[in-house]
Order: sequence, then structure tokens, then C-alpha cells
Amino acid sequence: MGIIRTKDVVFEYIRRDEEGNVEGIVKAVDNVSINIKQGDFIAVLGHNGSGKSTLAKHMNAILNPTEGTVWVDGMDTKDEKEVWNIRQTTGMVFQNPDNQIIGQVVEEDVGFGPENMGVLTKEIWERVEESLRAVGMYEFRKHSPNKLSGGQKQRVSIAGVLAMHPKCIVLDEPTAMLDPNGRKEVIRAIRGLNQVEGVTVILITHYMEEIIHADKVFVMDQGKIAMEGTPKEIFSRVEELKSLRLDVPQVTLLAYELQKKGISLPNGILTIEEFVEQLRLTMTGRRTTVE
Amino acid sequence: MSMIIDHVSYIYGEGTPLEHKALSDISLNIPDGQFVGIIGHTGSGKSTLMQHMNGLLKATKGHIYFNGEDIYDSDYDMKKLRSRVGLVFQYPEHQLFEIDVFSDVCFGPRNLGLERKEVELRAYDALRKVGLDDELYYQSPFELSGGQKRRAAIAGVLAMKPEILILDEPTAGLDPKGRDEILGQIKRLQVQTGMTILLVSHSMEDVAEYVDRIIVMNQGRIMLDDTPREVFRYYKELEEVGLAAPQVTYIMHALREEGLNVDADVTTIEEAAAELVRVLKG
Repeated sequence: MGIIRTKDVVFEYIRRDEEGNVEGIVKAVDNVSINIKQGDFIAVLGHNGSGKSTLAKHMNAILNPTEGTVWVDGMDTKDEKEVWNIRQTTGMVFQNPDNQIIGQVVEEDVGFGPENMGVLTKEIWERVEESLRAVGMYEFRKHSPNKLSGGQKQRVSIAGVLAMHPKCIVLDEPTAMLDPNGRKEVIRAIRGLNQVEGVTVILITHYMEEIIHADKVFVMDQGKIAMEGTPKEIFSRVEELKSLRLDVPQVTLLAYELQKKGISLPNGILTIEEFVEQLRLTMTGRRTTVE
Repeated sequence: MSMIIDHVSYIYGEGTPLEHKALSDISLNIPDGQFVGIIGHTGSGKSTLMQHMNGLLKATKGHIYFNGEDIYDSDYDMKKLRSRVGLVFQYPEHQLFEIDVFSDVCFGPRNLGLERKEVELRAYDALRKVGLDDELYYQSPFELSGGQKRRAAIAGVLAMKPEILILDEPTAGLDPKGRDEILGQIKRLQVQTGMTILLVSHSMEDVAEYVDRIIVMNQGRIMLDDTPREVFRYYKELEEVGLAAPQVTYIMHALREEGLNVDADVTTIEEAAAELVRVLKG
């Protein structure tokens, strides 16, 4: 069994009118069964209201399914005894960094999680140091979080989760409010976490270019998993993604537009290097197979 | 008829230990009907500059002229300025509060003291301009989707009939289609009504696609002010100040380095595709 597994998960919101009568039921998550392997980098795409965030909140027992079951490292999230263990296994990072930072000093903020878990003081300091180093914020440990840029604050939030030694981190649009540099810093930190620290990452985003290195992508629509595959497989389906209100990275789109104009290029090009290489093959007429 | 910003500087907390110079000697001329993008990293002074344009902040030094009048003249009507220069803040949907969408959009014009009929006409007109379905007009704004809420909030500012519309990251947190829809509506508004638009954005791709002119801010100063084509030519300098160029610019530069003789200054997918077809098919 994977680190996070869901089986036939349904989550319903009940809509009520002003008198409190039930007006209708909205299925925000509709029959989702997924299995996430320890150490994977998973991306979740989907338009606003597709159910991504609702599903994510099931991964550390903020929400419990109306039907079906969610297991986090083998623990059923409906089991109230396990709630704290589940939340230590899966950490969450949200969109707005200002809502997640509570300490007056960076290192104090990062130490908050392990302190609440009852970790010994000496070990708290060790964890604070290693977490801040992992996201490249160690030199800012004595700073006030208020004086940091958005990308820096978001990395401090990630360090705060990391200090709890989770096996898995769920990030819900962590770059939505950041400038280009901030986005780059945060994505780099997340990739490092996954590749160096071996933490399972589940990244929810609206920026397509952020997920080209993911091991697997889930696309959600109307609470269901609409598409599933590697970034290359997913981004080869340009029209289908557009019909789901999504997009592809600019380089993928450019290759797709050129294909439509009769230039032979393979589907699902994800990086600039790949594009240049493939275009070179096309021009020298040395392409032997068109995928 | 335009906005002229003349040697404006602004210092936060002047005379205190926290004194911070947010704007240094900014001079700009924004003619009518232009679609202007403002880019800059967090803390570069973009928001401070915008808040000067409708009088929310008063320059420590310098002058601002709107339609030929100095807005700092003692008899200048600031209220009039604020109705003519509409400001849409980040996450404007957090400011929705009325029981239904239509009442929310009416709030602004009603406060201008207009007659009820005129208020309602303006509200309908504004909601139509942002492309919100009429079946949503009498729903609670809190039941709309993220993109719909945002449009309702923008309609609330449009109902004031501003001559200049300033939007601070209107697409943050929206899905790609939602981003295109909102920016497409804003572009149509500019083309059809001649409204001046100032768009603050962190998306270089969006800015390249929609605006006529880009102002790059850094450390409270204007670093570049030109067409997207000219501005993104300085992609290396932009990276040094925490920005970037659209991915397509990097693709074209990479191709040039490979010895392909393409115009590396194109800034949109459409232009790049046309350029590559030209070069490849000769």
C-alpha cells in the first residue's frame, strides 16, 4: 500500500438556504481512488472548483470522506485516535504565506511544530537547522518573517512543515501569490525536498510549467479524476486539457502549433532543450520515428 | 486628457526609524486608451505607485496631473478622482459583501449619489462588460466560483465608470481558462470603450500577450518603459531583478544560439509559430 491511498472517496457539501433547509448536495469529490507511492512527486491539476483542494484536505484528516476510505501510511483518517499521527505524516502548505507564519523570528516559527509535538529542545534546534538548510533559508534564521519576500516566506512555511519530519507534504497552490523569482525559489525547494530528502510531494497548481518534473499528474474535473499519467502523456493531450479549462507550458504549445502547421515534431515536448533538439532533428531530416 | 506623474517620490514613515523610500523620482505619462503592464518583484514599489494614482497615498515630493489638473491643489476634488480612477485590489472578491451580486455592484454608483435608475443601468452595463451570466445577478456573491466572484468585484469598480482602470494581479489563483477569460474581457473593454488600463502582473506570459507598453519597476524606480518586444530583449537584466521573460523568448534565444536565424524578440506563441514557419519553410 502507498503512503496515501484513497478508495471510492466521495465528499458532499450540503447547501442550505437562509432558513437552514437543505437546498441541494454538491459532490466536491466524486468516487476517487488513487494510490500514491512513497517518494513520488505528484501533481494535481484542475480548474477552480474541480475538487483539488477538497481532495487534498482529505490527505491529512482536515476533512473526512462522506463515503469511502482514505489511508495515510496505513492509518484510516476516520480513526480519531490517529489524527495527530496522520497530521505528522502529512504536512500541508497553503497559498498565502502570511496566513501560515506565526513566529516573530524565522527559527522560532520553524520550531513551533516540533515543539508542539514534544520534541526535546536540543533536537528541535537540530530539526530547525536542517529544515532551514533544506529550503535554503538558513542564513535568514534570525530575521523577522515580516521582512521577507513572498517566496522566502513560503520557503519558511515549508521548513516549518519539514521540521515535523513528515513523510509527505501537500502544497495547495504555494506559488499563486509569488513573483517569477519567488515561484522559481519555491519550486526548486520543493524538488530538493523530494529528490534529496525523499519526501513524497503532492503539488496542486495552476502553473503548468511547474509540474514538468512530476512523476505523475492527476487532472481533476467535477470531483473526478479526469486524466492520469506522466507529464509527457498529459501534456500531449492539448485540446483535452483546454476543454478542462487548463493549458500546457508555452514550449509544449509552440510545438503543438507548429505541428498543426505541418512541421514534424513529437507530442508532449516539455523543455526548451528538448524543443531545440527535436527541431534540429526535423531540420536535418534525421528524425526516424515520429512518436 | 491623461495622467502625468511628475518627479514623484514617496517615503513611508518619514522621520521615524522605520523610514523607507518606496518611490524615487518617478515620472510617467499615461495617455488615454493605453493598455499598460506594470511588472516588478514583490516590494519594488508597484502597489505604492498605483495607490498614488487615485489619491490613496500622497506623494512626499512631486506632482500628479489628471486631465490637466494638479490633484494636490487645495481645491481639487479627490472624490471625483477616485470615481474616475478605479482601483481593483488583489483578491477583490474578499470585498464582496452584499446579499446578491447586483446589489454589490450597485454599491459604488449609489454612493456617488446617482438616481436609482442610473445606478441600476450602470450595474447592468458593468456586469455585462465583465461577461457574467445574467442568471447569476441575483445570487449571493458567495455562491459563485472563484472566477465569477472576481468578475463581480471588477464589475463593482466598472460601475463607477472610471476613465482609468487599475488592476492589481486580477488573475492570481485563477485557472488558466479563467485567466484568459478575465484578461480577454479587459482587453475588449479597452478596445471598445477606449478605457485606459493599468495591469499589475507577475505573469510575463500574460503581460506579453495583452499589453501595449510595459513599465518595469525596481527598488522604487522605473527600470524600463517600452513595448513588450523591447522590454523582454533585456531578459538577463530582468532576471537580475527577480523577473523573467515569457518562456517563448527563451526558446527563441536558444534556437539562435543553435545557429538558427530567427527573430529572438517575439514575445507570444502566435508570433513565434509564424516566425518559425517562415524560417523552416523558407
